[in-house]
Amino acid sequence: MSHANESQGHGATTKLFIWVWCWLAVITFVEVYLAYIHLPATLMLTLLIGLSVIKAALIMAYFMHLRFERLSLVLWLIPALVFCISLMIIFFPDGYRAWMMRG
Amino acid sequence: MSEPKVDAATLNSAWAGGGSPFAIGSKKLGMWLFILSDSLTFAVLLFAYSYVRLANNDTWSHPFPIFPAVVFSTAMTVVLLGSSLTMVMAVAAAHRGERKAAAKWIIATMIGGAAFIGLHMYEWMHLIDEGLRPFQNPWGGSPLFGATFFGITGLHMTHVAIGVIYLGVMATGFGRGKFTSEDVEVSGLYWHFVDLVWMFVFPLIYLMSVKYN
Repeated sequence: MSHANESQGHGATTKLFIWVWCWLAVITFVEVYLAYIHLPATLMLTLLIGLSVIKAALIMAYFMHLRFERLSLVLWLIPALVFCISLMIIFFPDGYRAWMMRG
Repeated sequence: MSEPKVDAATLNSAWAGGGSPFAIGSKKLGMWLFILSDSLTFAVLLFAYSYVRLANNDTWSHPFPIFPAVVFSTAMTVVLLGSSLTMVMAVAAAHRGERKAAAKWIIATMIGGAAFIGLHMYEWMHLIDEGLRPFQNPWGGSPLFGATFFGITGLHMTHVAIGVIYLGVMATGFGRGKFTSEDVEVSGLYWHFVDLVWMFVFPLIYLMSVKYN
């Protein structure tokens, strides 16, 4: 079933969705491979968060249709995503400090 | 009292009214607002997990060997990703007005979601059999491992289950003509959000706790 269907007159074809999906699968297998080769923890964490952000961007842009919506909607949502990631990362130094202070 | 004077530029702009914020319908806007708030909920849980894990870095457990645990959770990830693809197909079919085809694609998404829950529960039962509890660690590490693991994956699994029910309502309703294609698109947004959360949960909880040797 490889027909390209126009959806609402923009470039959202079946082919495009499958292409995006393949990239999501590839990035997932890259992440698992990184786990397999046993990298140092901080490098692993950085790469995983980076790859996950790319996957999130792909899903939000194509599957959640943001690529074809008004720019104002995207600009409204992106800071929220940045905030969520930062909320997690900003406390890493504090967690490390708690670990060091336990002695 | 004279009429307020409004110039032509204002009358032709978005400020003249009659339009929707961001030019999307109110249902879609409402779902995006919900997704924003739910993202913050998961972000806070992941923050708590990051903090307590770092604070107990030396006693954190690594119970997932590449085979079978990581392979199994990778399969779960692929199943959920596949269900996102079927959901996209469902929304596309709904926009084209193909009610029966859209209902079939939604049911395929539901099967993916149910399969994800089934696989996840199987994994949970295996870990519970080994003695993992929300505040008990059978492998001698930090008890917070169980708390964060069950808390985060449990909340995510709950979202998947609610999504499967939501999609069930959509499949029957849209097939019968009760809902519009916009409603299907809104349910798609929820489903993709659930998949998106898993894109973060899977690496941070599973791939950062791999058992080597």
